[in-house]
Amino acid sequence: MNAAAILHPLAALLLAPLLPGVINRVKARMAGREGPPLLQLYYDLWKLLRKGAVYSRTTTWVFRAGPRLNFVCLLVALLILPLGRVPAAVSFAGDLVLLAYLLGLARFATVAAALDTGSSFEGMGASREVQFALFTEPALLIGMAALAHASGDLSLTGIYADWPAALMPAMALLGSGFFILFLAENCRIPVDDPATHLELTMIHEVMVLDHGNVDYAFILWGSALKLWVVGALLVGLFPAAATGCPLLDLAVGFLWLVVLAILTGLVESVMARVRLLRVPQLLVGAGVLSTLGLLLTFW
Amino acid sequence: MNAIETLLIALVLTNLVLLGASRLHNAIRIVALQGIGLGVLPILAHHGGMLWAAVLLGAGSALIKGLLFPAMLRRALRETHGHREMEPFIGFNLSLLCGVGALALSFWLGARLPLPWPPVADLLVPAGLFTVWTGLFMIVARRKAITQVLGFIVLENGIFTLGIVLVEAMPLLVELGVLLDIFVAVFVMGIIVFNINREFDHINTDQLAALREDAP
Amino acid sequence: MIRLLVLLPLAAAVAAMLLRAPGQRHALLVATAALHAALSVLAFIRPPACAADAWLGLDPAGLLFLGLTSFLFLAVAVYAVHSLRQTRGSQGRQVEVDTGTVFVNAPEAVFIACLLVFLSTMTLVTVSRHLGVLWVAVEATTLATAPLIYFHRQPSSLEATWKYLLVCSVGIALALLGNFLVVIAAAAADGTGGTLLVPELLARSVGLQPAWLKAAFVFLLVGYGTKMGLVPMHTWLPDAHSEAPSPVSALLSGALLNCAFLGIWRAHAICAAAGLAEFSGALLTGFGLLSMGLAAALIVNQSDFKRMLAYSSVEHMGLLAFGTGVGGVAMYGALLHALNHSLVKAALFLVAGNLVALYQTKSIAKVSGVGRLLPVSGALWLAGLMAISGMPPFGTFAGEFTMLRAAFAQGQGGWALAALVALGVAFVGMSRAFLNMVYGDAPAGLAPAREARRAYGPSLMLLALSLALGLWLPNGLHRLLAQASLWAGGGVP
Repeated sequence: MNAAAILHPLAALLLAPLLPGVINRVKARMAGREGPPLLQLYYDLWKLLRKGAVYSRTTTWVFRAGPRLNFVCLLVALLILPLGRVPAAVSFAGDLVLLAYLLGLARFATVAAALDTGSSFEGMGASREVQFALFTEPALLIGMAALAHASGDLSLTGIYADWPAALMPAMALLGSGFFILFLAENCRIPVDDPATHLELTMIHEVMVLDHGNVDYAFILWGSALKLWVVGALLVGLFPAAATGCPLLDLAVGFLWLVVLAILTGLVESVMARVRLLRVPQLLVGAGVLSTLGLLLTFW
Repeated sequence: MNAIETLLIALVLTNLVLLGASRLHNAIRIVALQGIGLGVLPILAHHGGMLWAAVLLGAGSALIKGLLFPAMLRRALRETHGHREMEPFIGFNLSLLCGVGALALSFWLGARLPLPWPPVADLLVPAGLFTVWTGLFMIVARRKAITQVLGFIVLENGIFTLGIVLVEAMPLLVELGVLLDIFVAVFVMGIIVFNINREFDHINTDQLAALREDAP
Repeated sequence: MIRLLVLLPLAAAVAAMLLRAPGQRHALLVATAALHAALSVLAFIRPPACAADAWLGLDPAGLLFLGLTSFLFLAVAVYAVHSLRQTRGSQGRQVEVDTGTVFVNAPEAVFIACLLVFLSTMTLVTVSRHLGVLWVAVEATTLATAPLIYFHRQPSSLEATWKYLLVCSVGIALALLGNFLVVIAAAAADGTGGTLLVPELLARSVGLQPAWLKAAFVFLLVGYGTKMGLVPMHTWLPDAHSEAPSPVSALLSGALLNCAFLGIWRAHAICAAAGLAEFSGALLTGFGLLSMGLAAALIVNQSDFKRMLAYSSVEHMGLLAFGTGVGGVAMYGALLHALNHSLVKAALFLVAGNLVALYQTKSIAKVSGVGRLLPVSGALWLAGLMAISGMPPFGTFAGEFTMLRAAFAQGQGGWALAALVALGVAFVGMSRAFLNMVYGDAPAGLAPAREARRAYGPSLMLLALSLALGLWLPNGLHRLLAQASLWAGGGVP
């Protein structure tokens, strides 16, 4: 493990909060407003980390541990994830399954913390979140299986080491499927509306409704990291500048992530949230796209 | 050939979207898109001789399926108050999953069918079989009469795709005759759907059950 | 001349839409029918020559069915004119007695025009030598008859029309797939040389690839079998044939089912020439027996007499498929039976039309005492019953006997017995209903009506013709039937 290996996690820690800023800025601009500054999330994190805490008596250590566990899982995921063809810090055969489980554990932490509050709103959000996860996880795994079969490698670093130009149609389908999964995992429109203030329509927002101060800082940072992690899975399918210099490659990867954030902002601005009953259908559609991509890689 | 493969994948995608579509107007739009895409297929798929025949067939097909059919079907739907959704017998998620199963089956069959000569694109037979299956599924598993007409159009699209395998062997005149027949069929079906809506105030075919055998 | 046969009714249809007076339209209908019949007789006496690769031409079976269709259409046209005149009063509004709904009829011009287009498309089916043209024509018949079924604008006919249109179109789409498979079967290894011309396929039969030809036959059988009314694709038939006005029902049962049968006949001929006669024969026998069994079972407790006639058509189509499947001399019998069945079934539907006109109902329970109120129709109804049950001396007996005897001779006695049982069951069911209708007291409120000659004339003539054919088969007809049978690989008694 050389020094270049921790460049990626470090860059992600530092630069991830920019991504929600980009999304919000794009949304505001599309709506004709000026919008918050790009570094807004940094200011929020700085403010939150210095605040005191008030905890409800019904909560236990699970409530306090949830956001931290979520954050740590995503950090560990960064260790096995490559970006811009720069190899990840740790890579072994089958680490794509570890990634899926890390995302699952992060989700579990958030859900457990939400259920720990004993409030019905959080419980409702938790049940919706888990129901959607029921559809996104198979889609994710099938998509990873397709990529593994296409590249012949079972490690994330190996999978994303080369751009599979020969399988363009399959890659396009997988890319579309992954984009829908990206939107779903990060609770963006059309799956969830991060800007809504009505608890009954929230999914992710309502789970974190009762967190404050340092916990909330970890939650916000964690969601920015999740944007980075799931985005890196998608961005790996795009062409990269394989210059050999890790800084340059990571920079190009980061640029692609910003493009993805802009695209997300655009999608959020032009679409409305899909009816709650239809969200599973959308996710099954993403799964179908992944399956089609898998079938095409076999063909 | 990459362009044909892309077109065929788009065809498969339109079928999957149709299986999950719930609004009738969306479904009509997707079938129109399918028709236009398939109009381009004979032009791409022909090799050698009689380009004008392929262009004529493709242009005619795209025009009829992309413009005329949606117009006729929308007209038939015009007086449907409310009830603009599909109301399926088999739910949308289950339909999508069945579609994926059928797609895998089509790929498997396509690899097994011993065509005497290689088709224009490898994906042609699976895409065609899957489209035929989607058409039949829409006829059987959806409640509204309009979706049965759409299923019929999709079925014909699938058979048309399979027919591209023989692009030289079928004379142009017969292909045009087939196209004309399908056009008139959809035209007549549209009129009947319009009448059904006017007569019964709904277009649910499962409620058209007055003519039935009495149990012996 | 062949083109004239196809185009003449089309031109007349256009003219019918333009004419204003109903009397002129009726005259046009009958005149076109007569002219068409004359042309078919001419085609019989002096068969037109056609080029070797022409798409339109007359093979022997085609000539037989062309003449039959033409003749039936003439008879039905005369009856239809009478029936249209009858319903023209009461401002076009009629009451369906069974359900009490009020309905109107479609515009008469559309009806007559569609009838003429129907004739044209059926002619095209009989004269096509190219499987693609055959397909187009069969689909065109479906489209031409849909408005005819919906002539009485009632909810039940609308339902019947929808079922008919959808089921037949889907079936015929599968037949199109069968066409494609035929092309693959006929093509060489590099993709060229595929053909759909029937004479060419017969000539190159040894070079056809058996696996693809078998698959093609399955699709063609299912596809055209849907149109012919073979079980289990028959679900549209009882509804469509019973809800249509009686002259249309007569044509549907008498002429259209034969046209679908012609498609299967030609496909079977190709298979027989390629040496696959056992395969296609077995399939045909299976479908045929299934149709006969189910139809017989459903005839027994029928409550609607037009529906009963429709199921009888399903049964006889099953019998035709059975005969064709058995092969050999039975194929000659099948053609003879097709001829006679068409004549008798059309006559029965026309008489049914008279019954509906008087009793205003299609229910068997409500019709009684036909012998008193409509004596001629009653007698024809009974005669039709005997004819459709295959009693000698009607021609149906000759056809059925030939088929069953050939089946016994070829060792398919078990299946022939099953067919006989089905025929017997159907006979019991039908005769019980028919006899109850003819005898007994007339319902109150109905007086004996004078029967117009145009009302009973066509059916009388058709039944008389079937009787004559049963007693004596003209030599020319026997030669035509023999030619057709040999063309498809069968035998001659």
